[in-house]
Amino acid sequence: MISIIRIYGDMLMQALGRTLLLTVIGLLIAIVIGMIFGLMNVSHNRVLNLIGTVYVDAVRGVPLIVLTYFMYFGVAMGIQSLGFPNFRWESAMQAGTIALSMNCGAYMAEIIRAGIESVDRGQMEAARSLGLTYGAAMALVVVPQAVRTMIPSIINQFIITLKDTSILSVIGIAELTNVGKTITGNTLNPLGSWAIVGVMYLIVITILSKVAKMVERRVNRGR
Amino acid sequence: MADNGYKIHVSNLKKNFGKLEVLRDISLDVREGEVVVLIGPSGSGKSTLLRCLNQLETATGGQIIIDGHDVTDRHTNINKVRQNIGMVFQHFNLFNHLNVLDNMTLAPVHLKLMTKEQARQEALKLLKRVGLEDKAEAYPSQLSGGQKQRVAIARALEMKPDIMLFDEPTSALDPEMVGEVLAVMKELAREGMTMVVVTHEIGFAREVAHRVIFMEGGYIVEEGTPDEVLLHPKEPRTIDFLSKVL
Repeated sequence: MISIIRIYGDMLMQALGRTLLLTVIGLLIAIVIGMIFGLMNVSHNRVLNLIGTVYVDAVRGVPLIVLTYFMYFGVAMGIQSLGFPNFRWESAMQAGTIALSMNCGAYMAEIIRAGIESVDRGQMEAARSLGLTYGAAMALVVVPQAVRTMIPSIINQFIITLKDTSILSVIGIAELTNVGKTITGNTLNPLGSWAIVGVMYLIVITILSKVAKMVERRVNRGR
Repeated sequence: MADNGYKIHVSNLKKNFGKLEVLRDISLDVREGEVVVLIGPSGSGKSTLLRCLNQLETATGGQIIIDGHDVTDRHTNINKVRQNIGMVFQHFNLFNHLNVLDNMTLAPVHLKLMTKEQARQEALKLLKRVGLEDKAEAYPSQLSGGQKQRVAIARALEMKPDIMLFDEPTSALDPEMVGEVLAVMKELAREGMTMVVVTHEIGFAREVAHRVIFMEGGYIVEEGTPDEVLLHPKEPRTIDFLSKVL
């Protein structure tokens, strides 16, 4: 096991870096996606509601691994047949990030919807009674209060997404799980290799969980 | 524009929630400077009527004209009309994430009606008027119910409205805090504010109202001066209601 760390240490750290990069980019895009569809779901417009619901239900109803294959192989083929025969994904990272963001975005939409719905209806009414538009009332009054209740769930989603990046190993992204596979093949020591990979995930996630607890306590103290 | 000298003109207003008819056929005029008090049992539609006036509830039928603006017309800019109608809610609805000053200055500054500094000065003046000048930096969670409601009134006044709507402003208060809120409302009435008040405070109605309206089942059953409606009611349903609350 020591020898694995000595020989593959750099490679493992690089892979962990890629895992974290995927997670952070995926989460940031997911927050944008989640904001759009979450706001659609709380609006009083039936068409927007329908779009939001279909997106959330469709993406949540498909396993991430299927979505990843669909994006990497399926969508690439689809775009080619639409008149771009030379279309290729820049890298597996690109297709993987899109799949991960879409998946995480659906959950984020639900977190944002629940957060907004947790704010008392009277807040919106008071803001509207002062002459603010729906958008201004949302942005200045409702969302700032919703964010407080959303933060613990968002950190929780961060942890889930971090673990979900391991699924992207199936399209050849050299993130931590994929590198674990490579090292196992090279060393013929699955016990040592997977133990090291597992502990690396564990350390990062434990740190995140602790941060989540701290933030949660902070948010609750402020009320 | 059908402006017949009335500040508020309601004709044949109807409001349904699904199959439930909450307002059946309401017609009502309020003159400038008039204080109208709506009383009636719960479920009589008085709060719904009030909420229709600034279109927090959209009317199912009929017409509401505020200051010459038909608010039941989709093409009316309701946000503009609402700037002139202050509303005070049963549960205060102060913005919990903002301190008292920011609660009051948020709307006028965002709507560019005042600069930040003007809004601040105006807010401090109003807080003094409601006796809370020392609470400008406090957050809603640090205030008592009566203080919250006085801030809510000040927040509405900050917009310099022509009309004030009160939706059971004292119903969520502990008894010892009712007086301080009613005192602020009485002062407003004395200064000539046009007010429509939904309340169970019969004493307030008797003292301040120019007109009392008794509602039941989505209709106006009886209306008149406080003396007529509260002391010498003619309708059996009014008599029955008053015998229960007095």
